[in-house]
Amino acid sequence: MLQNLFITSMAFSFADFNPMAFVDNLYYMGMGMAGIIIVMGVLIAITTLLNKIFSKSNKKDKEDK
Amino acid sequence: MALLNSFKDLLFSDMINHFDYRMLIMWAIGGVLIFLAIKKEMEPTLLLPMGFGAILVNLPFSGAITQILENGEEQEGALSVLFDAGIANELFPLILFIGIGAMIDFGPLLSNPKLMIFGAAAQFGIFFTLCMASMFFPINDAASIAIIGAADGPTSIVVANKLNSEYLGAIMVAAYSYMALVPIIQPPVIKLLTTKKERMIRMPYTQTKVKKTTRILFPIIITIVAGLVAPASVSLVGFLMFGNLIRECGVLNSLSETAQKVLANLITIFLGITIATKMHYESFLAPDTLLILALGLFAFVFDTAGGVMFAKILNIFLPRGKKINPMIGAAGISAFPMSGRIVHKMGLAEDPQNFLLMHSIGVNVSGQIASVIAGGLILNFFM
Repeated sequence: MLQNLFITSMAFSFADFNPMAFVDNLYYMGMGMAGIIIVMGVLIAITTLLNKIFSKSNKKDKEDK
Repeated sequence: MALLNSFKDLLFSDMINHFDYRMLIMWAIGGVLIFLAIKKEMEPTLLLPMGFGAILVNLPFSGAITQILENGEEQEGALSVLFDAGIANELFPLILFIGIGAMIDFGPLLSNPKLMIFGAAAQFGIFFTLCMASMFFPINDAASIAIIGAADGPTSIVVANKLNSEYLGAIMVAAYSYMALVPIIQPPVIKLLTTKKERMIRMPYTQTKVKKTTRILFPIIITIVAGLVAPASVSLVGFLMFGNLIRECGVLNSLSETAQKVLANLITIFLGITIATKMHYESFLAPDTLLILALGLFAFVFDTAGGVMFAKILNIFLPRGKKINPMIGAAGISAFPMSGRIVHKMGLAEDPQNFLLMHSIGVNVSGQIASVIAGGLILNFFM
């Protein structure tokens, strides 16, 4: 009953209230979070690689000297 | 007497005929923003110009904004000209991003790149708010409202503009106001989601020198990767990383200094006062504005919660001795460096020997990158 009252008050307050839109847009939430995590994962991998490459070349320079 | 009456009619009749009580409310709102800026020192660089601008545009027949006069003539206003010149085409926020990029030191992040994952996790609030806001608003407005959670003014402006949101004024006021309220919003959320034992987890920091080549390649690589994944974000990411490249290259020190100080301050002046063109009482004083402010707060809270909960979940799999202090997850929002400092202070409050600053600042910086990528993804989905 409380749930119905809430939905009714939302419907009167905001004519465009559409609770099903929450479910419909969960797809974008999933895709968005997956997208960011993948991109950051790629950046982590690239940065780790850069750190390894340039720390190795530094060690090699020191050994040569 | 007749002269006095005709003078009074000439001077005040327009004002009296076109005065609306809602203008008074907007003056009060402008006054509150100015008070918060001066007395409480909350984001004064933006709240003060916005507050004063709100007063300027809410005067009867204000010459500050473009008006259609009674005779049908259009009277151009300076703030409307500035809006068209710098905000409608997203130029001001993008140029500001050059200055912000020049201010950011990616060193703490580059020495521990794994921290970037918390920046990603802390964008959860944006997408969750997108789902919430879509129940009340059309999808382009819902996406523009959700990006308030990015805690990044320029990103909010660019996304709301590109998606043609009609709530630009409310979104910008919410974005900048909540950025200033981060020290009030985050700590209770962090304390609610963590135990004292978790807050006392120590994270030792070993300083590793980051090579200059890495520092130079990093902004270039981020721009390419983000641009390939979310082409709509190229301007946002590109300008931010361009500013950082100017800083890190080592041969453009004068440009870097100019970008960090003069350019950033100049654009901030124009941006703050021009945002107020969208604070006219007719568009701003609506029930939707209150809902947008509530959803903006919701986005911030769930951003904080997303970062903290992600760290707690990771801790389940990490061995004792390698646990992460979950508070650093909260620093993954883009409010740099405020959020990082808040987490560090909370850590010190629990354990005076627990120095979380380098970790929290690293996460905070990654939040800047992640929020821009989130903005780009939102544009990709809905443009």
